[in-house]
Amino acid sequence: MASYDKRFSGRKFDDMREIEAKVGIIKRADGSALFKIGDTIAIAAVYGPRELHPRFLQNPETGILRCNYDMTSFSVPERKRPGPNRRGVEISLVTEKALLPVMELKQFANSVVDVFIEIVQANAGTRCAGISAAALALAHAGIPMKDLVAAISVGKVGGKVLIDLDKEEEDVEDATDIPIAMTGRKNEITLLQLDGNLTKKELVEAMKLAKQGCEKINKIQQKALKDAYKSEVE
Amino acid sequence: MTKLLVKEHEIVVPGQELAEGMDFLPSIGTYRDQDNIVSSKLGIISVNKNIIKVIPLTGRYIPKIDDVVIGRVVEIGFYGWSVDIGSAYPATLSIRDTTEFIDKGENLTKYYDYGDTIAAGVVRVARYNSIDITTKGPGLRKLIGGKVIEVTPSKVPRLIGKQGSMISMIKDASGCNILVGQNGRVWIKGTSLEKENLVTNTIMKIEQESHIDGLTDKIKNLLEKENKNGKL
Repeated sequence: MASYDKRFSGRKFDDMREIEAKVGIIKRADGSALFKIGDTIAIAAVYGPRELHPRFLQNPETGILRCNYDMTSFSVPERKRPGPNRRGVEISLVTEKALLPVMELKQFANSVVDVFIEIVQANAGTRCAGISAAALALAHAGIPMKDLVAAISVGKVGGKVLIDLDKEEEDVEDATDIPIAMTGRKNEITLLQLDGNLTKKELVEAMKLAKQGCEKINKIQQKALKDAYKSEVE
Repeated sequence: MTKLLVKEHEIVVPGQELAEGMDFLPSIGTYRDQDNIVSSKLGIISVNKNIIKVIPLTGRYIPKIDDVVIGRVVEIGFYGWSVDIGSAYPATLSIRDTTEFIDKGENLTKYYDYGDTIAAGVVRVARYNSIDITTKGPGLRKLIGGKVIEVTPSKVPRLIGKQGSMISMIKDASGCNILVGQNGRVWIKGTSLEKENLVTNTIMKIEQESHIDGLTDKIKNLLEKENKNGKL
């Protein structure tokens, strides 16, 4: 692509898609959340802390976090074969590592906190939506955590650095996709993956965009949590 | 400068700064990060002089000494029973913490069998993962018959009401035997299934509408109406 002056969706280059966040959507889970960004919808459920079996997986020093990312078969245009696959295993792992720095599981030795992320509708940026949803669900489950985690994808399409790529942009030739997760208070990066080519200057520019985006998402997350319990305190 | 950044009874989320300066002390649900006190839980702020704590709004039951809990026997060993009380770890009911006289090597299923529901008191909590409970004490025993329902542990105070006003009202109106555990489990036993179901529905309603002012009166009216309909 020669030049990319106007985005396919008509958004500005630093504009994210519309975001919606909600907690408490799964009644039987200890904590649950829905995170929607544009056409991408992620739901997350948290169970625990609970006893971990088999016992040899237990860690007597700290509780462990187990993430499971999966896409429903109907979430993408072409039916996805249900069940874990290579991609899912990788994303589960990076999600776990993105969330672990904020978790305080020391007091739950030998136990496990299970996080299940399900993508019910996919239009790029699913791992970021999944992380944002999982952070909300963990907070909703009452598990002690130092901070919330927000995630957004930034990238380069047709030579332009932009935020929150959609599927159309992701599929452009030579498009670069960088999912970034940051903590809410200190903007510490907990996830950064890069797929494509980018100069140092462009990367710095992209990170600035991601910081802005994550700050916005963090506000939305805080609001979603507070709104769910607002009516309980006068 | 020392400054409190939140108001009493405000809802806070993990990562929210609560106070600046060294004059405040972090208590449960909070931690200190250099000069700031930061929340680590979703909950309500409670400030006592210079101690800040967050009372959690959600989450599993965190055992406290002297709480009365309702649990289910899940495991039997030589030492006693393992009881699921809805917290992160099962509680231990040791032989010497029961009222029965039990001979050495006796079959423990005679006293509390797998799946039995018991009301017990928490005697010791060491680092969350070692919880000891007892059946010594008034009202602590095996619960025979009836049914057990679950509510969120943070809503138990609302269900009980001031000096037990709410729960005693339901008890009087329905004539059911009701026991509320601090872990959010409620045991209900009535003379008929209809009565038990009515109590269940009433408790579910309280859980859902726990934030409404004058809920006690509302529930009272509801129970009186059911009484006229002859359901009680």
